[in-house]
Amino acid sequence: MGTLLQVKGLRTRFYTQDGVVNAVNGIDFSVDEGETLGIVGESGCGKSVSVLSVMRLIPQPPGRIVGGEVWFGGRDLLRVDEAEMRQVRGNKIAMVFQDPMTSLNPVLTINQQVSEALQLHLGMDKAQARKRAIELLEMVNIPRAADRIDDYPHQFSGGMRQRVMIAMGLSCSPQLLIADEPTTALDVTIQAQILDIVKRLKRELGMAIIWITHDLGVVAGLAERVIVMYAGYVIEHAEVKDLYADPRHPYTLGLLRSIPRLDAERKAKLTPIDGLPPDLIDMPPGCPFAPRCAYAIERCLVENPQLETVARRHQVACWVDVTSGRD
Amino acid sequence: MPQDETMAVQSSSTQSSDRVLLEVRGLKMWFPITQGLILQRRVGDIRAVDGLDFFIRRGETLGLVGESGCGKSTTGRAILQLYRPTAGQVLFEGTDLTRLRGEALRRMRRRMQMIFQDPYASLNPRMTVGNIVGEPLEVHNIGKPEERRQRVQELLEVVGLNPYFVNRYPHEFSGGQRQRIGVARALAVNPDFIVCDEPISALDVSIQAQIINLLEELQDKFGLTYLFIAHDLSVVRHISDRVAVMYLGKIVELTTRDELYSNPLHPYTKALLSAVPIPDPVVEEKRQRIILEGDVPSPANPPSGCRFRTRCGLRMDICAEVEPEWRETAADHWVACHRV
Ligand SMILES: Nc1ncnc2c1ncn2[C@@H]1O[C@H](COP(=O)(O)OP(=O)(O)OP(=O)(O)O)[C@@H](O)[C@H]1O
Ligand SMILES: Nc1ncnc2c1ncn2[C@@H]1O[C@H](COP(=O)(O)OP(=O)(O)OP(=O)(O)O)[C@@H](O)[C@H]1O
Ligand code: SF4
Ligand code: SF4
Ligand SMILES: [Mg+2]
Ligand SMILES: [Mg+2]
Repeated sequence: MGTLLQVKGLRTRFYTQDGVVNAVNGIDFSVDEGETLGIVGESGCGKSVSVLSVMRLIPQPPGRIVGGEVWFGGRDLLRVDEAEMRQVRGNKIAMVFQDPMTSLNPVLTINQQVSEALQLHLGMDKAQARKRAIELLEMVNIPRAADRIDDYPHQFSGGMRQRVMIAMGLSCSPQLLIADEPTTALDVTIQAQILDIVKRLKRELGMAIIWITHDLGVVAGLAERVIVMYAGYVIEHAEVKDLYADPRHPYTLGLLRSIPRLDAERKAKLTPIDGLPPDLIDMPPGCPFAPRCAYAIERCLVENPQLETVARRHQVACWVDVTSGRD
Repeated sequence: MPQDETMAVQSSSTQSSDRVLLEVRGLKMWFPITQGLILQRRVGDIRAVDGLDFFIRRGETLGLVGESGCGKSTTGRAILQLYRPTAGQVLFEGTDLTRLRGEALRRMRRRMQMIFQDPYASLNPRMTVGNIVGEPLEVHNIGKPEERRQRVQELLEVVGLNPYFVNRYPHEFSGGQRQRIGVARALAVNPDFIVCDEPISALDVSIQAQIINLLEELQDKFGLTYLFIAHDLSVVRHISDRVAVMYLGKIVELTTRDELYSNPLHPYTKALLSAVPIPDPVVEEKRQRIILEGDVPSPANPPSGCRFRTRCGLRMDICAEVEPEWRETAADHWVACHRV
């Protein structure tokens, strides 16, 4: 399968009153056609800023993409003009955000909002767009879509609004859907409904997906490959099965150990990761995880490790081999 | 209070050696829906909590799970009398809190505290950490100023914060640290019982385990009893001795942690458990999910009979007509469903 999106050395900063926030610090990743890439990491590690940079939606000021390349369809999106970028957004790459209430316009009906994209990007007339909008809502399991399409967003539940956002994202049959924590604010049973729909749509439509979440369970069920971010860096990249069966970065290991599992024997005590993530304004020299890392050696405090291949399709940024001593 | 007063609240099912600290009988908390600006007319009720019966044993953790809006926080607040219940009794060591007023209620409240979900909103930004943690001591007139200062420092240490932080303000702390401040404040008056209302939901994954371990350590150390409210079933299973599953103002199933996860009986519990993502791709690949239809109905107008029937794959005719009885089907396993 061909590479659909390739991000190289992406760097994004925010120039604030308190100082320069090093939000994304030279990250590389790629997405193949039809593939699902998971991006995981805790709050503030740069997941949203990474994909917003890809879409060139970083508020500027205070933000600025200060380096890197984003290859998509034979061009570097960081170097195309705004008109061309608008064609890409919504048409070739669609994005679904965490909070559907802030991304739906409260004074327009669902029909007005879903139809708009269809009229704008696909040149449909009003009647065609409405018909297609109903089909799209049915595709994401909105019950009685034809009746409900003239409702306003507040008349829909949170889960239904998020499904509308996905329907809008799919309206132009994008090659890539970027979903930024679309189910984080929802209940588990509603999340299960949405994940079920997304898996089906992926099979039927064959689009590629970038799915951002801090839930290691969601990624496990959805993604083929995963990148783990910490303090604006990609610190591990692997195929999903390898990441969970054979995590190689101390942070990934720590995360997997710290969460209780519904299906496993109950542990007497959880194993937390001590301490806090670093301040992105005042980053420690060395490895950003060093202050919290049980494996740290002297070198970690002065030199930041680069991502290196440690196994097939498995990269880690760490000076220490955490598998040594394991059998 | 003399120990043997607790005997008075033991119902037939609790004739074990375990003592009941708190018993809730027929608890209802309805919020009026009003219309009209000046003359507010009551046009209906939000039945946030609509008839709960359960007990919590001394020293145990009862987990309370369910989806957003099902009434978990309202239950916690109605128990603590932060809301005065519409109906029912809340027996704390046999004393019905719903009948207490004034000084008598204040004295009982000292023994019950709450930890809130949002460590950002629940701490007064203009107060120092020392004042936040020490405030309950002042309110309840405990100790002299010097003793209080001493106690605040001890409390900060107990929750793993540097006592040196007393003069700092909440904004200088991370989410996990703020939650520790909230825990220290709750502990200040030496309570017996703490309602933990989603105490880790707003925290990062790597920090959640720190707070869970802290709550467990404190429970052992001070013999605390918890009502632990959460929507993360994996966390609830880890921390709870028994778990209650709530749906639309009702508890539908309540049993021991192991029984709930190995032998769930209520169709809603089964769906909820099957919906939880498991951080293991090999397991996820093989899992069969029960995908529920539709959304949770409004608590202002709950379905007749069984409230879960609009989403239940096993519903029968009787489910719309008769409310299923809340009964103990096996020792310590309570459920309300016509199919069970
Ligand atoms: N507009 C902005 N101004 C200043 N700093 C910003 C801005 N947007 C993001 N940041 C900073 O950039 C960093 C990365 O933020 P980002 O939103 O990408 O995190 P995230 O991984 O998506 O976290 P979450 O899981 O909370 O959504 C954070 O430290 C954040 O404070
Ligand atoms: N003070 C109030 N006045 C009116 N309605 C209320 C009030 N508090 C709660 N409700 C309603 O009662 C129902 C139960 O709310 P509650 O906050 O107890 O749910 P919850 O289970 O804690 O949900 P969450 O998981 O979102 O915290 C909801 O429909 C809510 O809107
Ligand atoms: S480089 Fe060093 S500090 Fe960083 S994760 Fe590896 S062992 Fe830990
Ligand atoms: S009582 Fe009927 S509708 Fe309710 S959970 Fe049981 S089978 Fe389903
Ligand atoms: Mg984000
Ligand atoms: Mg609540």
